[in-house]
Amino acid sequence: MSNTTLPLYTEALERYNQKIAHAATEDMVLNMGPQHPSTHGVLRLELITDGEIVKEVIPHIGYLHRCFEKHAESLTYQQTIPFTDRMDYLASMNNSHAWVMGVERMLGIEKDIPKRVEYIRVLVCEMNRIASHLIAIGTYGIDIGAFTPFLWCFRDREHIMGMLEWASGSRMLYNYIWVGGLFYDLPVGFEERCREFVDYFKPKMVELNGLLTDNQVFINRTANVGILPLDVAINYGCSGPMLRGSGLKWDLRRIDNYSAYPELDFEIPVGTGLMGTVGDCWDRYKVRVDEIEESLKIIEQCLDRLQKELKRTPEFDPRAKLPKKIIPKAQDFYMRAESSKGELGFYFIADGRTEIPFRVKSRGPSFSNLSVLPAMAKNVMIADLIAIVGSIDFVLGEVDR
Amino acid sequence: MMLAEIKQLLIAKFGEQVITGEELIGLQPALLINPDDIVKVCLELRDNPATYFDFLSCLSGVDYGVEAGRFGVVYHLTSIPYQTQLVLKVSREHDRTGEALPHFPSITTVYKAADWHEREAYDMYGIYFEGHPDMRRLLMPDDWEGFPLRKDYKNAEYYKGIKID
Repeated sequence: MSNTTLPLYTEALERYNQKIAHAATEDMVLNMGPQHPSTHGVLRLELITDGEIVKEVIPHIGYLHRCFEKHAESLTYQQTIPFTDRMDYLASMNNSHAWVMGVERMLGIEKDIPKRVEYIRVLVCEMNRIASHLIAIGTYGIDIGAFTPFLWCFRDREHIMGMLEWASGSRMLYNYIWVGGLFYDLPVGFEERCREFVDYFKPKMVELNGLLTDNQVFINRTANVGILPLDVAINYGCSGPMLRGSGLKWDLRRIDNYSAYPELDFEIPVGTGLMGTVGDCWDRYKVRVDEIEESLKIIEQCLDRLQKELKRTPEFDPRAKLPKKIIPKAQDFYMRAESSKGELGFYFIADGRTEIPFRVKSRGPSFSNLSVLPAMAKNVMIADLIAIVGSIDFVLGEVDR
Repeated sequence: MMLAEIKQLLIAKFGEQVITGEELIGLQPALLINPDDIVKVCLELRDNPATYFDFLSCLSGVDYGVEAGRFGVVYHLTSIPYQTQLVLKVSREHDRTGEALPHFPSITTVYKAADWHEREAYDMYGIYFEGHPDMRRLLMPDDWEGFPLRKDYKNAEYYKGIKID
């Protein structure tokens, strides 16, 4: 590094060290995480606290290093699909769907994908979205101090995991959606069992609402806590339930109209400040609960289509459209899709000669959602900070990829 | 608003020199911006009622290869009111032989979302952003040497005396 740049870098480091070393005498520097359950993995939050008040939060990410971008730049497009699963491992289907759509658009084959394949993709993505939101809700209950919702959510999620395992052969990292098709068609009887699940699951959501959503203790812990104003959310690039919780109807499934979503009927839930202020923790939580209901609607519509118009036939081959060699033209392309956490984007640079992308950048929704934390968590109580962190619902595998 | 109109708007506001070219091939055409003007261009695009690009979707550092000798940054902007997308690119020649880093102005004053994205681009590509409020490494340890996503990066063998590769 040159003389001009090195001091600038060390200056930032120095400023940070000074801040930590020279906290006022009544202040205390606390490490929250990496092992605290509310940090969901490996996030370390450095807090400068004055008694119970958090004066400043300095997040430190970067302990996982699954090196997604480096891998993607040394493997072919098809070989990278299993790695996309590992980013947000709670919503693997959504990740591979976004990746696959990006590659298909670059190849110009997105119009050739059979309808049945599109509907199966949407079906499994929405099931995975429910599973991801169930974890978000269940673990959020734990953060707040309620244990039962966690058990109930995991019990219901287990049915989804079982079904997706049945379809793809693995439990969490599916590698099911492929460029140009699917790994397999749905197993025989999947649609029927999925319908049974929907019927089983609907009353469970009523129970969950009674247990958590309308629980006065839960409301007191989350309403009016961690308010994220809409302009701040937009400026920090928040997306998904974070942005919608602040009251903006922004859902890429509707904005970009990709895959089979334009043919499906569903609402976009937003935070309304029912229990407190718009954009508080309760609103974000409620958006997730409402999205589960909407996903159930989508699943039912997909099942209708799959069982009536787009029936399974012996000739149907989900891999029929698989390109022999995936060599897109030399171009840049940014594909974005709505994952369970928000806008998941992949930026590709293809050189037009090889099957290996020249550059891949993945824009994980959790990355931007987490970056707003220092702005949200100023002068809050330590116990409220837990509620705020939990309400963001990030997955660290996606934050540092 | 189409790319040509945005180009006209920027030229009318700041003059010819802000736009150094455009890439029209591919699915998403891009505007090439003079690196020194990127902050005022972003600010104008964010605040102008005709564009309102208020959401920074993604910011990517790019190493265009050892032979090309260029580093660049790609900005993907989204306008929430108009539901449009725009790609801006800046790049500078840099031969990576010297010790000086490629440098671009930071747009954190316009979009707070750029804060972590720029730190990541610094961490992975060694692209320095002037005016960034907290230019520390984001993913790697503070004393890590080298920038792992550069095309000529060699894996380190030891870190603090521990064999890692």
